[in-house]
Amino acid sequence: MILYELMSYELLRVVWWLLLGVLLIGFAMTDGFDMGVGALLPFVARTDTERRVAINTVGPVWEGNQVWFILGGGAIFAAWPPLYAVSFSGFYLAMFVVLAALILRPVGFKYRSKRSSPAWRNGWDWALFVGGAVPALIFGVAVGNVLQGVPFELTPNLFARYEGAYYAKFIGLLNPFALLAGIVSLTMLVTHGAAWLSLKAEGAVAERARQIGAVTGLLTMGGYALAGLWLAFGIEGYALVGEVVTDGPSNPLYSEVERTASWLSAYGERPWIAIAPVLAFLGTGLAVRGLLSGREVSTLLWSKLGIFGAISSVGLTMFPFILPSSLDPRSSLTVWDSSSSHQTLFVMLVTTVIFMPLILAYTAWVYKVLWGKVTEAEVSENSENVY
Amino acid sequence: MELDVVELSRLQFAMTAMYHFLFVPLTLGLSVIVAIMETVYVMTGRPIWRQMTKFWGTLFGINFVLGVATGITMEFQFGMNWSYYSHYVGDIFGAPLAIEGLMAFFLEATFVGLFFFGWDKLSKVGHLTVTWLVAIGSNFSALWILIANGWMQNPVGAVFNPETMRMEMTSFFEVMFNEVAQAKFVHTVSAGYVTASVFVLGVSAWYLLKDRHVELARRSIAVAASFGLASALSVVVLGDESGYSATHTQRMKLAAMEGMWQTHEAPASFTLVGIPDQEARETRYAVEIPWVMGLIGTRSLTREIPGIEDLVAESDRRIRSGIIAYDALMTIREQRNDTPAEIRETFEEHGGNLGYAFLLLRYVEDPRGASDELIAKAAQDTVPTVWPLFWAFRIMVGLGFGFIAVMVYFFWYASFRAHAYPRWALRAAVAIIPTPWIAAELGWFVAEYGRQPWTVDGVLPTALSVSHLSVQDVLLTLAGFVLFYTVLFVIEMGLMLKYIRKGPTQDVDVTDAWEAQHRRRLLDRGGAPLPAAAPAE
Repeated sequence: MILYELMSYELLRVVWWLLLGVLLIGFAMTDGFDMGVGALLPFVARTDTERRVAINTVGPVWEGNQVWFILGGGAIFAAWPPLYAVSFSGFYLAMFVVLAALILRPVGFKYRSKRSSPAWRNGWDWALFVGGAVPALIFGVAVGNVLQGVPFELTPNLFARYEGAYYAKFIGLLNPFALLAGIVSLTMLVTHGAAWLSLKAEGAVAERARQIGAVTGLLTMGGYALAGLWLAFGIEGYALVGEVVTDGPSNPLYSEVERTASWLSAYGERPWIAIAPVLAFLGTGLAVRGLLSGREVSTLLWSKLGIFGAISSVGLTMFPFILPSSLDPRSSLTVWDSSSSHQTLFVMLVTTVIFMPLILAYTAWVYKVLWGKVTEAEVSENSENVY
Repeated sequence: MELDVVELSRLQFAMTAMYHFLFVPLTLGLSVIVAIMETVYVMTGRPIWRQMTKFWGTLFGINFVLGVATGITMEFQFGMNWSYYSHYVGDIFGAPLAIEGLMAFFLEATFVGLFFFGWDKLSKVGHLTVTWLVAIGSNFSALWILIANGWMQNPVGAVFNPETMRMEMTSFFEVMFNEVAQAKFVHTVSAGYVTASVFVLGVSAWYLLKDRHVELARRSIAVAASFGLASALSVVVLGDESGYSATHTQRMKLAAMEGMWQTHEAPASFTLVGIPDQEARETRYAVEIPWVMGLIGTRSLTREIPGIEDLVAESDRRIRSGIIAYDALMTIREQRNDTPAEIRETFEEHGGNLGYAFLLLRYVEDPRGASDELIAKAAQDTVPTVWPLFWAFRIMVGLGFGFIAVMVYFFWYASFRAHAYPRWALRAAVAIIPTPWIAAELGWFVAEYGRQPWTVDGVLPTALSVSHLSVQDVLLTLAGFVLFYTVLFVIEMGLMLKYIRKGPTQDVDVTDAWEAQHRRRLLDRGGAPLPAAAPAE
C-alpha cells in the first residue's frame, strides 16, 4: 500500500501526538465529571433520594464517557506502542489500583439501587467515591512523575527495565511534586463534577455542589500555579541533542538526550504555548465565578476550557518528549522515536477520521435526548429503570 | 510449575480473561435476543413483548456491567504484564483494539444508557433503534477483538523491522481479513448466541415449572429455541471452519488437540477418545473413526495432516534458520545503513524464523552459542501439553452437539406441541444453564493453551513477552484480582438470582389487561378458549 505515503511520517507523528491529547482531554472533559460526581457524592447528597439524583445525573452517560479511557488505552497501544509498553508496566501497582477503582465504578452505578438495604447502598456510595476520587488523584500523580522523568532504561532489544524494588515503584511515585499534581487533578475534576451537578441537579444537591466546586476551583488554580513555579525552579527538563531526525525509525536509542535547567525553557523557544496555562487559569477562574453566581451551561463550558488548558500545557511544555527517563535519558520516548510505523499511523488516522465525527454526533444526540434536570420525582417514579 | 513472573503473568491473564468471558457471551447473545423481542413488540404492539424486553433487559444489564468492568482490565493488561509483547507487536495488535473502541464500544456504551433510561424519552421505533445499536455494537466489538486474537494465532500482514526491533504492519487488509480471525469471530458470536439461548430457555423453563409468568416464559422459549437452534448449528459448522483453517495455519495446535503424534497416511482417522501419553508419544486406548480427521482437516481424501513428531523436526530446522537470522540481525543493528547487501539478503531469507531462535533464550544468552542438544530441547518445547487440549476439545464439541439436540427438542415442542413440555425436559433445561459457559471457556482454553509456547505463533515466545516485574508485584495483583473478582461474582450472582426470582415487575398490569381483553375478543368471535395464563405475582 503506497497510499500512506500521502502524508509524511513526521506529519503523522505530530497528528497522533495531537490526537493523544484529544483523547486525554476528551476523557477528562466527559468521564472527568463522572469521577468528580463520584468524589462529591458523600458530600453533596445526604439522603438516599438525593444520592440517587446525583448518581442519575451521570447514570445514562458514564458508560459512553468511560470509553474515552478505553479508547485512550487502545490508541496509545496502536499509535505509541513503546509508551504503552513502558508506562503501564512501570506504573504497575498504581495501574492496578486505578483499574480496581474504575471497576468499582460501573458496578456501583448499576448495582446500588438493585437492593434497598441502607448498608448495601452506603457500601456502594463509598465504592463510587473511591471509583471517582482515586483515579482522579492517581492520573495526576502519573503526570507529575512523567514531568520528573520515570526510572526506566531500554536494552538494545528495546526491553524496558526499571530501577528499584516492587514496592518502591509504588511508594516512589508518591513524591511531593507528584502528589501536588495529583491534588490539582483531583480538585480540577471535582470542580468539573460540581459544574455538571449544578447543571443537572436541583435544590440542595446543586447548591452544595456549587459551594464545594467554588472552593476546589480556587484550589486547582493555586495548586496549578504552585506546580508551575516548582517546575520552573525545582525540576530539571530534557532536551534532544544534535540533529533531530523526525521521520526515522521508531527506536528511542537512536537519539541523544540531555538534562536541561528547566522544562520551562520551552516557553522561550515557543512563546505562543503560553496560551495553554492562560486558558487553564481563565477557564477555571470563570467556572468558579459561574458556580458562585449560579450560571449553569456556561460554567460547565468554562470548566472544560480550564481542563483543556491544563492538560495541553503539560503536553506542549514537554514536546517532543512523551515519557522521559530519569535513569537513562537516552531511553526517553519522544514523538519522533516512539510511534507506530508509518502505515499503521496512517490506517489508524483514516479510521479515526471516519469514526470520530460519528461518535461525536451520536454522543451529542444522546445528551440532547437526556437534556434537562434530573429531579427527585423522576427518580422515584421511574425507579425500576434508573439507578 | 515454578512460580516465576512468566507463569504468574500467564495465570493472571488466563484468570482475568476467562472471568471476563463469563459475561461476554451472555452480553453478545442476550443483546440480540432482547432486540428481537422488542422488534416483535414494535411490529405487533402487544405489551407482553415490551414486558419481555424490559425483563430480559434487566438481567442483561446486571450481566453487561461486569463485562464492561472486567473489560477495562483486559485493555490495559497487555501493557502492564506483557510489556515486551506490547512493544514487539503493538504496531499490529494495537490497531484492532483501538478500532474496537472507535467503531464498536463507543456505539454500544453510548446507547446502552438510553436503552434503560430512554423508555419515556424516545418513540417506539427510536428506542428499538437504540436497542439494535447496542446489539450491533457488542457484536462488532467481538469482531475486532477476534481480529486481534486471530493475529496472535496466525500472524499475517506483518514483517520484522530490524531497526525498531519489532513486527510492523505491511497489510492492514490481510490482518483484517485473516481467515483465522473471521472463522473465530463467527464461531465466538454464535457461541454467545447459544449461551444466551440456553440461559433464556432455562430461566423460562423454571417459570413454567413454578407455573409463573407462563405467557412470558412460553414466548421466551419460542424465541430462545428458534434463535438457539440456528446458533447451535452455526457454532458447530463454523467451529469446523476454524478447525479447517487450523490445518494450514496452526498445525501444531491441531495435532495436539487430536493427539496425532505421527503423520498418518491420508485420510487420517479421528480419535474419538483415548489417553494421550506425552512421554511415550502415543495415545493409548484410542477409539478411532477412519477417514473422519482427514475429511475435517483437509476436506480431501488425499492430503496428509502432519503429526507432532514431524512438526518437531520442522521446528528444529526453523530454529537453525532462526539462528542465522539472529546473526544477521546483530550485524544489521551494529552497522545500520552500512550493512553489506548480502547480510540483508540473508536476513530476508531467514528472518521469518527469527522467533524460533528466540525459543533458545530460555537456555542461553546468545542463540548463536546453542548446542545441538539445546536446539533439540527447544524444538521439543514447541509441543504443547497434549492431554488437556485433547480432552477440553472433546468436551466442547460434545456439548456443542448437545446444544443442537436440546434446541431441536424445544423448537419442536414450541412449534408443534403447543408448549406441552414434559416436566423432566423443563428440569433438564434448568440444569443445563451452566453448560454453554463451560463450552465457551474450554474453547478459549484450546485456542490459547494450544498456542503455547508462543504468544504470537512462530513469532514471539511467551517466556520473552513479559514485563520487567518482580514475583511479588504479580503475586500481589493476582491475589487482588482473585479476591476482588470473587466478591464481584458473588454479588452479581446474588442479584441475578434475586431478579430472576422476582420475575417481570414492569408493565404487568397493562400486559394482563391487554391479554384478558384479547382473550375476550377471541371468545366473542367464537374461537376456542385459550388456556388461561397463570396470574402474575
